[in-house]
Amino acid sequence: MLGPETLSGETALLAALRGGDEDAFSALVDAYGAAMHRVALTFVRSSAVSALKTWLLRIVANIARTHAVREARSVPFSSLELAREAAEHEPALSTDRFQGADAQHPGRWVSFPMPWSAGPDSALLSAEIRTLIADTIAGLPDGQRIVISLRDVEGWDSAEVCSVLELSETNQRVLLHRARSKVRAALERYLTTESP
Amino acid sequence: MNNEFKCQEMIEVVTNYLDDALQPDERERFERHLSYCAGCTTYVEQMRETIRQTGTVPREESLPPALREELVARFRSWKRG
Repeated sequence: MLGPETLSGETALLAALRGGDEDAFSALVDAYGAAMHRVALTFVRSSAVSALKTWLLRIVANIARTHAVREARSVPFSSLELAREAAEHEPALSTDRFQGADAQHPGRWVSFPMPWSAGPDSALLSAEIRTLIADTIAGLPDGQRIVISLRDVEGWDSAEVCSVLELSETNQRVLLHRARSKVRAALERYLTTESP
Repeated sequence: MNNEFKCQEMIEVVTNYLDDALQPDERERFERHLSYCAGCTTYVEQMRETIRQTGTVPREESLPPALREELVARFRSWKRG
């Protein structure tokens, strides 16, 4: 795989892309993935980075969409499907963690969440935790999985995710919220065995 | 007091809070609730920790070969067209 240093001639690469240089494009595609952001920063100034990245990723999203249609699967990348998923009502945490309408303090915690230990013996930052999180994300509905992967694994900002997925800020945040809430709940189950 | 967030509402707006997407008055109510509620303070800290931990998950390193070929093919047809 080509690394950032191979693509460091910024002006030359952009000129090559505009001129239809396939090798230049292949190099860009190879650099895409985890390295894309870092690579892009080495050859275009920050204002141009998101435009180039968004352009490339929209193409990827459209190809994925086409494949999904061809395989007669549901279409996870359709912004309509994502918006529908966002509109479903789904609490971030089981309602039985909170006092009911007839209780003394409706909507208040039944018992506080147990703090996670962060000492040297903590399981946080272990390989097991990373596997747990990856497995939890893999099991999420499409929209939630895609949004949390881009925001929290790949580290994109909200505007980039909305632009590539053609989602509203609100719907994007709803999907992110559900996904993060589920990952937090999985960590809670793992880290606090006494948890309700 | 009726205007205050309940714990159950706090956990539904925490992502808006962390994304700085709450209205100024909501943000004020959110932070006021945190100032007296240890349970929600723990919860918000756990959401921050969840984000940090998720950031340590290995990222995709490369594109599947078929997708890579298709991307290059599209570029080729754009060049011709």
